[in-house]
Amino acid sequence: MPGLGTSVGRGGATTAQQSLADSDAILIMGSSMAEQHPVGFQWVVEARERGCRVIHVDPRFTRTSACADMWVPLRAGTDILFLGALIRYVLENDRWFKDYVVHYTNASTILREDYVDAEDGAGLFSGWDDEKKQYTPETWLYEGSEPKQSGGSHAGHHPAGGGHAKDRGGEAGHSEQFETDETLQHPRCVFQVLKRHFARYTPELVERSCGIPKDVFLKVAETYIAASGPQKTGCICYAVGWTQHSTGVQIIRAAAILQLLLGNIGRPGGGILALRGHASIQGSTDIPTLYDILPAYMPMPFFEDDAKNFEAYVKKHTTEAGLWSKFETFMVSFLKAWYGDAATKENQWGFNYLPRVTGDHSELGYWLDMADGKLDGLFVMGQNPAVGAPNGRLQRKAMANLKWLVVRDLVETETASFWKDSPEVERGELRPEDIGTEVFLMPAAGPAEKSGSFTNTQRLLQWHNKAVDAPGDARSELWFAYHLGRMLKERAARERNAKNAALNALTWAIPTRGSVGEPDAESVLAEINGRNLTTGKLLSTFEDLKNDGSTMSGCWIYTGVMPEEGRNRANIREAKDSLGHGWGFAWPKDTRIIYNRASARPDGTPWSEEKKFVWWDSEKREWTGKDISDFKKDMPPDHKGDLSKGGLEALDGDKPFGMHPDGRGWLYVNSGLKDGPLPTHFEPLESPVRNPLYPAHQTNPPTNKKERPDNRYANSPGDPRFPFVLTTYRLTEHHTAGGMSRALSHLSELQPELFAEISPELAELTGISPNDWVTIVTPRALISARALITARMSVLEIEGRQIHQVGLPYHWGWKGLVTGDVANDLLALSQEPNVRIMETKGLVCNLIPGRHPAGHAALDELHELLEERP
Amino acid sequence: MSGATDHTGIQPGEITAFLTDSTLCIGCKACEVACKEWNDISADGFDFTGWSYDNTGALGHATWRHVKFVEGQITPGIGGNSAEQFSWEFSSDVCKHCEVAGCLEACPTGSLVRTEFGSVFLQPDICNGCSYCVISCPFGVVQKDEDDGRAFKCTFCTDRQKAGLMPACAKACPTESIKFGRHDELRIEAQVRLATLQARGMADAQIYDPTDSSVKGIHSMFIIRGEPETYNLPPKPEVPSIYLKEGWKSAAFEAVAMVGAVVASFFLLGRKG
Repeated sequence: MPGLGTSVGRGGATTAQQSLADSDAILIMGSSMAEQHPVGFQWVVEARERGCRVIHVDPRFTRTSACADMWVPLRAGTDILFLGALIRYVLENDRWFKDYVVHYTNASTILREDYVDAEDGAGLFSGWDDEKKQYTPETWLYEGSEPKQSGGSHAGHHPAGGGHAKDRGGEAGHSEQFETDETLQHPRCVFQVLKRHFARYTPELVERSCGIPKDVFLKVAETYIAASGPQKTGCICYAVGWTQHSTGVQIIRAAAILQLLLGNIGRPGGGILALRGHASIQGSTDIPTLYDILPAYMPMPFFEDDAKNFEAYVKKHTTEAGLWSKFETFMVSFLKAWYGDAATKENQWGFNYLPRVTGDHSELGYWLDMADGKLDGLFVMGQNPAVGAPNGRLQRKAMANLKWLVVRDLVETETASFWKDSPEVERGELRPEDIGTEVFLMPAAGPAEKSGSFTNTQRLLQWHNKAVDAPGDARSELWFAYHLGRMLKERAARERNAKNAALNALTWAIPTRGSVGEPDAESVLAEINGRNLTTGKLLSTFEDLKNDGSTMSGCWIYTGVMPEEGRNRANIREAKDSLGHGWGFAWPKDTRIIYNRASARPDGTPWSEEKKFVWWDSEKREWTGKDISDFKKDMPPDHKGDLSKGGLEALDGDKPFGMHPDGRGWLYVNSGLKDGPLPTHFEPLESPVRNPLYPAHQTNPPTNKKERPDNRYANSPGDPRFPFVLTTYRLTEHHTAGGMSRALSHLSELQPELFAEISPELAELTGISPNDWVTIVTPRALISARALITARMSVLEIEGRQIHQVGLPYHWGWKGLVTGDVANDLLALSQEPNVRIMETKGLVCNLIPGRHPAGHAALDELHELLEERP
Repeated sequence: MSGATDHTGIQPGEITAFLTDSTLCIGCKACEVACKEWNDISADGFDFTGWSYDNTGALGHATWRHVKFVEGQITPGIGGNSAEQFSWEFSSDVCKHCEVAGCLEACPTGSLVRTEFGSVFLQPDICNGCSYCVISCPFGVVQKDEDDGRAFKCTFCTDRQKAGLMPACAKACPTESIKFGRHDELRIEAQVRLATLQARGMADAQIYDPTDSSVKGIHSMFIIRGEPETYNLPPKPEVPSIYLKEGWKSAAFEAVAMVGAVVASFFLLGRKG
């Protein structure tokens, strides 16, 4: 989220999958799109058939590589080196899109004199606090931009982390205050800083460290860059192959820089497509299941000075220009949705009913708390952490410390049965009779057994209607959440004390139907959409929201999905054009390609006939074209920004990135990231190779390894016990941790066993035969899999030596029709600094022929292997 | 985008076909699963083959669509869509619904019939499990379910076709690698597609539709790269009945010889007697 969010304004994909069909080149990296998004991949195939060049950069030759024009293998975890080299190539060879870069990005903005780049700081930017292992980001601000100070807190990063919200961690400065040099010659302008920052990311370095031959790299660079410009556009597709790294957010930042330099954002066939891994992963951050944000990317108040009263909180998060200058409006409307009549001006709209974040309540953070016995209870819904989460051994043992555990799923998952049949029980580490956790297993309804919406990878809300009743006691999530809330509220109503004030204030008037009391999902959507509280009418656009308590909206970016009673736009299936307008509803305002003001020149005319998309109609005096304009519809291209007006009108008419206070795409992020304003290469937390650029800083400095006896790491670089690179992934045939696929025979038979993909060379080196058992070892665990020996895994030449990579899909556990060891047991539980995600895509391992022993002997073998010293 | 109930516009009596284009296949196996779901076929066993990503192995009584995974040469810089070489090809196999069908000719019970769409349909309620069809299929498509006692194969979703719906596999295919339509139209489409691929430099692309063999053409045509054998497709499939003429000839010849021998033996015996 913050990778895209800080670069262009919103964390969502900037384009629609249908628009891929208009691309002239598609770079797929950090994703096996054909395997994980086979339906969306149809538009890649369509583009390819029209002559688009498809490039797949991946450690493995996957089904996506099989459909690509070019497959480029790289060493796992060197993505920033590769993208940085593309950025350098664009800059050094003068291939950047000049008018776009000068007008639409912050290339010309001048930085402070005391800003020190990582290139001059041996891998550290200015502001590093070596004791706290975190940055004070004030020196990263623009020249002339004052640091924000409100309620006594300075620009900085809260130790509780949280990077998902619009500006969490930044709160830094008045980014609407800046100085520019449009000639881009000033030595401290972003453009020049960028040039210097990436100067060492050369094709030679790519060859040496990524393992990509120089001529192959140059071919990729030429192919991709030649497909950008006024007449052409290129798109970048990524997925968790980028996000699940200790530098994940910065990898996505590097992609954004490349796309901004090439003028590819906001244009048809261009953009960055963040491919989300499930039907509603985008939806689960829009209306979040995350600890640090409220719906629509508004920050959760953290326990600190400026969260004590609403005024200070609003002041902190409001910008002077751009859409976030309406922060108070969005927030008041949101509080009115949650607390209704109980939210009044007098009680700060119920702001103090909201809980405060007091520490690291991220998923991995609370799992460590659980391991340490600090957590009593846990709800697990639509997840199977016993199989799907990093360091599975730690996670399963942690659950034994709970007092209660509620699991809602279609089948009894490994999470629900960990106490009786997990590997820990089999190995004698846990004994059922010693576990005090009370487990409640509740049957869940499947997608066809309930109504509701999905918000997919391209911000598109699609409704699904219940087709059949769920069997037996199976119920929808909505049913569960509604009735649990109803019962808690009934109890709170009997005990009217301060602790229950928020529950008593909460609006919970959802009509229910039928014998089981199923809540009406569309009435929830109506609340999300929002109403005018005076007239009672539903709202059609967030532009109608007010800050005086006369409107409410549960998620302002979704406003318009239900513009009037009985009209659920998410449920409409009448596609009128190739972008799918008329089929579902894309936030915001049904805009399919966001920042689309950038598809026209600064003067409002299209860049070219070929890529004509949204333009200024000077007769009607409005923005028009093939999409809803992501801009103020009647604001002319020559509009001069007026700060006193706030909102989009505070920006000039040629500034397409209206979420940012300067209206520009950010090549350089002055505020909002915890590990630096520019992407910088660091090795994965475990790597066989020394950081070629910053030997003093092997890994991303603010990353938290959470190293402890039950979460051990290999020595890095080059632990002789773990000589091979390991990367994990998914297969088309299964769904994540298998809860939805291993119980189905038609899917299970297609991939019936855990396997490890190994190159013929590595098989020979380690003495492993095809189909034989192989044991994979990391400092956390050892597991066994069947050996799938294939030339699709290649050996890379890195710094003059051979590096072998092993691929491992992670779908199996000990239950279901097909079983296997838990691949995620091998991973460490680590936290990327911005979003606190673990590193699953690049670590180290060893391979041993044969299957590990059963029972406690497996642990003995692991300990023996770990203690072996070179 | 089309809705789930869109009518194909094809009426019974019109001859239909599949054109499976492996150059568009992404190996997702949605066709295999959709086929099993629609036709309510059981799983085929949970056996890891280690043979690329193919764990169902071959067409059989419980697998009527089967995606083959053919691993070729892998070279950095070159993807599978390059003209230079094919590196990992996927091709969804299915019953060929031959013009001259060995299975149909061999069936003694009349279980196998030609439908109004030109396809070959096996009626399970008539099948007696004799397995003559199994050994008569030049493609190894038909298989007997030993537990059930009868043979099974692709129905060409005749039930769906009668309702104006395309077969489940074609409907589920996300990239239109499996095309369904009128046989004559798809034959032209195949030629056009081949010309496109060749113009793109894929000199190894070809249409698999053995019209010059004794099966006289098939209703499940393929576009493949490389040789048919690579995909377990016989370059010259033969219907067993072509040997019948020769068989009858030699049988007749032997019969005459036999009669002659008997007559001669009488003479000989008579002389002795």
